[in-house]
Amino acid sequence: MIEILSSGALNSVQDRGRRGSLASGVSRSGAMDRPALDAANALLGNDAGAAAIEVAAFPFRLRFQAGAAVAVTGALAETRLSGRRLPPWWATEARAGDELTIAPPTLGARVYVAVSGGIDAPLLLGARATELKSGYGGHEGRGLRRGDLLPLGPRLPGRLPEGGIGALPPPGRSDAGRPLRLLPAAEWPEFSEDARRLFVAADWQVTAEADRQGCRLDGPELVRARRRELMSHGIVPGTVQVPPSGRPIVQLAEANTCGGYPKIATVIEADLWRLGQAMPGDRLRFALASRDEAVAALRETADWLDRLRSAAALYRAS
Amino acid sequence: MADDFILSEAGAGALLLDVAAGAFDEDRQARLLALADSLSGADGIEDVVPGMNNLMVAFDPLAVEAGEITRRLVDGWRTAVATARAGCEHRIDVVYGGPDLTDFAAGLGLAVDEVIGRHAGAVYRVAAIGAMPGFPYLSGLDPALSAPRRAVPRAGVPKGAVIVGGGQAGIMPITAPSGWHILGHTDFTLFDPHRVRPATLAAGDVVRFVVAGVER
Repeated sequence: MIEILSSGALNSVQDRGRRGSLASGVSRSGAMDRPALDAANALLGNDAGAAAIEVAAFPFRLRFQAGAAVAVTGALAETRLSGRRLPPWWATEARAGDELTIAPPTLGARVYVAVSGGIDAPLLLGARATELKSGYGGHEGRGLRRGDLLPLGPRLPGRLPEGGIGALPPPGRSDAGRPLRLLPAAEWPEFSEDARRLFVAADWQVTAEADRQGCRLDGPELVRARRRELMSHGIVPGTVQVPPSGRPIVQLAEANTCGGYPKIATVIEADLWRLGQAMPGDRLRFALASRDEAVAALRETADWLDRLRSAAALYRAS
Repeated sequence: MADDFILSEAGAGALLLDVAAGAFDEDRQARLLALADSLSGADGIEDVVPGMNNLMVAFDPLAVEAGEITRRLVDGWRTAVATARAGCEHRIDVVYGGPDLTDFAAGLGLAVDEVIGRHAGAVYRVAAIGAMPGFPYLSGLDPALSAPRRAVPRAGVPKGAVIVGGGQAGIMPITAPSGWHILGHTDFTLFDPHRVRPATLAAGDVVRFVVAGVER
């Protein structure tokens, strides 16, 4: 068990999210920074589908009631284990009674805390992810609060070496200024040439309306040349909708499964984590990509994860 | 024959087949649902999501090529036959009333009783489930009850609210924002995440509303 000592309602149990239930109106949910979650689980040798804690409200503190290995990835934030400072993207052994403390990030928005064996929240519709908007999944369908006790799954054999091990961040992590890559979506041709040019040329600012459901951006107004009402249709995380206000919203992990607003583009899957780590006021830019680039970027991330998983296994075995 | 659909990408891992031709079409929807059934569970496919005269397929682009999904969607649509899904029929008790009913009727130039009669008199079909957990998009609304959505959406339309918007009808599965008009309330459970099939209604099902009371 781990005991939550200090938390905010935005901190929740998350995994890779739900597949196969969109047609019941069930959002994907899951980690907003998927590579960070994956890295934390890989360092510990957990199942790729293991659940961890997504921390978006700080400071965050928890106590280990029994010894366990812990990995902390994602946003850069001062992290201490019973006083000892942990490097970024690091995994180490915690003893019973140890306290993990995470200060507000200096870069990014969300930190992932994985524990050996994973957080053993009940499987619901194929996942342990919390759906905060609708109140199900994860730990009692809600964000974590002080006093919560989270059970852990069975731990694999093997211990981390003294001092712990770290992960090289995933591809593209070091270049914060790189544009988010897009594929054009269904209504792309219906936007005026000006709107399309502005969309990829402008500096967009993340507004305060940014949560697990979506992220509203501030910038130039995008005018749709052709006005027609769309019928409701399925949407995925990454969909960039343009409501009548002309200000885009990027749909994220807890996006409604269907929508009716025009879609100008979709942020490619491999770049979605950037929005999970965006803070209100952050600036970002977009660039068009090809399908091949979008798939190659996903494969690059998958290869990085495979290498990390193998390397971490060597250290745990020794 | 010119193609009667538009296929678009929704990122590297999803495709949207849009077969809309003007107003919502029941026959096309039945063909789409047959196509959806034929795709569900296929290799690499993660989600098959019927919308209103459209169908989204989400897949793992590292496990299956988009071209293969495209081929299955396009060929599938061309050959899909409108076989009625063996849908269930649901009778849903409604207590009519609430904050919008009187104004909604007045806006249409109808008496409240006529709105209730027309709403409860129609036979609805679940076109799709989505947006919210278990939310049914119902087709079959009496055209006399078709009215634009509220200019300003309500921040919290309560769970169980029986609503209409544009030419569609629905029921709120959870309390959430909506711009649709509230005509009444039901205790019918639309969603329970602890069931294997969490949504009570399914696309293709038939719904009838029954007047269980009127609050004035």
